[in-house]
Amino acid sequence: MKRYQNLILILLVIAIGVFPLWYINKSAPAADGKQVEIFKGSDDQAKDAISTIAPEYKPWFKSIMEPSSAEVASLLFALQAGIGAGFLGYWLGSSTTRARMRKEQEKAKA
Amino acid sequence: MHIMEGFLPVKHAIGWSVAAAPFVGYGLYTINKRVKQNPEQRMLLGVAAAFTFVLSALKIPSVTGSCSHPTGTGLGAVLFGPSAMAPIGAIVLLFQALLLAHGGITTLGANVFSMAILGPWVAWLVFRLSRSARLPFGPSVFLAASLADMATYITTAFQLAIAFPDPMGGILASFAKFAGVFALTQIPLAICEGILSVIVMNALMKLNQDEMTNLESFKAQEIKA
Repeated sequence: MKRYQNLILILLVIAIGVFPLWYINKSAPAADGKQVEIFKGSDDQAKDAISTIAPEYKPWFKSIMEPSSAEVASLLFALQAGIGAGFLGYWLGSSTTRARMRKEQEKAKA
Repeated sequence: MHIMEGFLPVKHAIGWSVAAAPFVGYGLYTINKRVKQNPEQRMLLGVAAAFTFVLSALKIPSVTGSCSHPTGTGLGAVLFGPSAMAPIGAIVLLFQALLLAHGGITTLGANVFSMAILGPWVAWLVFRLSRSARLPFGPSVFLAASLADMATYITTAFQLAIAFPDPMGGILASFAKFAGVFALTQIPLAICEGILSVIVMNALMKLNQDEMTNLESFKAQEIKA
């Protein structure tokens, strides 16, 4: 059990992430033919909620740089995750190697 | 939890920035001190920062039919105490505000406050409480990270509620509305964040024992546990 603990936990995370994709179905387009959006970002939904509560509110500052398309945005998000994952991989690799070498050294001494 | 650029009234934007700045400053000071005293802990700091980078970039679908992302700040708060996470979270949020138009400069203070200050403090408190209640190590890490994630989003809902009170029901009605957007969606993601934090923590305990024994937030009994 202990041996498979991490594997089970990782599978659980994947299951939690994938389940909604299967569970949520796109509902039929509204009467005016507009497509219903699903899996919209909650941050954007909060922005929409602001405009229903305070319709007269105008944002007073604009983003300095905006990704020119959804593709560029996903590139930058992937870059952010890639930098992080790259470091985590480096740490995991160097730490497991170090632990293994230490064990071998102790064995050689004994 | 990102409040979009310009979507906080000027007074609120300034207020949250003023509130967040000392935490970030003090956090930088503690990180500097830590790296000077225990240079070997740089690797652990890197892991905490990298974890935040990855997790806050992952937008994961939720059962409510919308997407949201974890924060990744709970793990580092459990390792180093809450102060160290303020500058680390601020760097991530600044990256996203400048390059991704996700969040913003004017809302940076508010976003830092929810993700990089309040979340980590909740993580640290929950971890301490769970350990004094003699909860095992793994479940304590899980609770700390997932409740920190939830707390971050609830803070955002609160920040938006006091900035945009409902004309009829006031702050409370508005809070219910924003929390409705954030909280339910976030529950499965908070569980994911808790699990991922446990996985990384398990690896740290196994591979970096020596560095971990020098963490003051973790006295000897935790390492053995």
